[in-house]
Amino acid sequence: MRRPRLGSTMRTLMLAIACIAAATSVPAAAPTDDLARYPVSGRRSGYTYLSPETRAQQKDEFANPGMLWVEQGERLWSLVPDKSKAQAQSCVGCHGDAAKSMRGVAARYPAFDRGEGHVVSLEHRINACRVKKQGATPFAWESQGLLAMTAYVSRQSLDMPVSVKVTGPAARSFERGRTAYYQRRGQLDMACAHCHEERTGARLRAEVISQGQINGHPVYRQLWQTMGSAQRMFAWCNDAVRADPYAYGSQEYTDLELFVKWRGRGLPVETPAIRR
Amino acid sequence: MAERTTRVRVPAKARRGEIIQIKCMIMHPMENGFRFDTQGTFVPIHLINTFECRYNGEEVFRTRLGTGMAANPLLTFNTIATESGTIDFRWYDDDGSQHTAQARIEVE
Repeated sequence: MRRPRLGSTMRTLMLAIACIAAATSVPAAAPTDDLARYPVSGRRSGYTYLSPETRAQQKDEFANPGMLWVEQGERLWSLVPDKSKAQAQSCVGCHGDAAKSMRGVAARYPAFDRGEGHVVSLEHRINACRVKKQGATPFAWESQGLLAMTAYVSRQSLDMPVSVKVTGPAARSFERGRTAYYQRRGQLDMACAHCHEERTGARLRAEVISQGQINGHPVYRQLWQTMGSAQRMFAWCNDAVRADPYAYGSQEYTDLELFVKWRGRGLPVETPAIRR
Repeated sequence: MAERTTRVRVPAKARRGEIIQIKCMIMHPMENGFRFDTQGTFVPIHLINTFECRYNGEEVFRTRLGTGMAANPLLTFNTIATESGTIDFRWYDDDGSQHTAQARIEVE
């Protein structure tokens, strides 16, 4: 008796939902809004916390303001930064077409650099190329040029799953990053994990706390009205718990970046993502 | 490096008399002049104050932008495709500079 009754209730309910869905004239989210791809094994991209309007804006290649930086990066890619130097050449000189040579790069950075002897982030790698291969001055961290280059390089890995190497030579760095993630800091005495692991989905005033994934970085952050790297986000978060932020590009933040990127393993690269 | 990347979208082809949608965007901070930075230093006002769009030299759209605009303003407007030619975009910056972009349209 019970089973068929339950079944018929379900059917009525589903029919009612279908009717409501058909009757409401609210425009459906953009057809490219494939929300289901963004949680991977319980790991949720910041994308899933956005409003449908912001998601549509991120997916729209014209409306997404982050694409301004990507386009600028595309120009920088084939530009010789310092013509006076003997080794003057553009990125094309070594790497050719970025669509081929840079595909997948952002998904595996930060990574251990044999030459440097420690883990470096994508920003470090770009600056190292500028100094060693192009004889130019390095970009300042969070400068328009570096954000444009990082955004352009990361864009080439669009939709590829994040997969950073945390074993072998990167293991020590990874463990330091993990320690930092669970380390209380600042006057509020909070660790990253307190918000982004224990209280995800809860509210911090008007904001829903996300998992703090960095698969879309560098992101266009609406609060900043500009692009920002993952490390700027760390500094911002540190400041929010009233802790002294580390310097941009410091080993502490790079280790943390490696750990946080690993937390989002399997999530698709979204650069340039839009976040609140 | 204060490069102002601009992006414009105009349909490449249109029928005569058709209403076409034009979109344009410029990389600009649109600093409203009410803010202080984290060190307490006043951030002076810096806006795109005017935007204009010309279709074969004739003005089809003009607007004044103010302190209420977000950074990197995206503008969308319509016009009627009359004849083949160029569509010119011009942004007037508070610092006296002008930023331009151009697109081509073929009207059948």
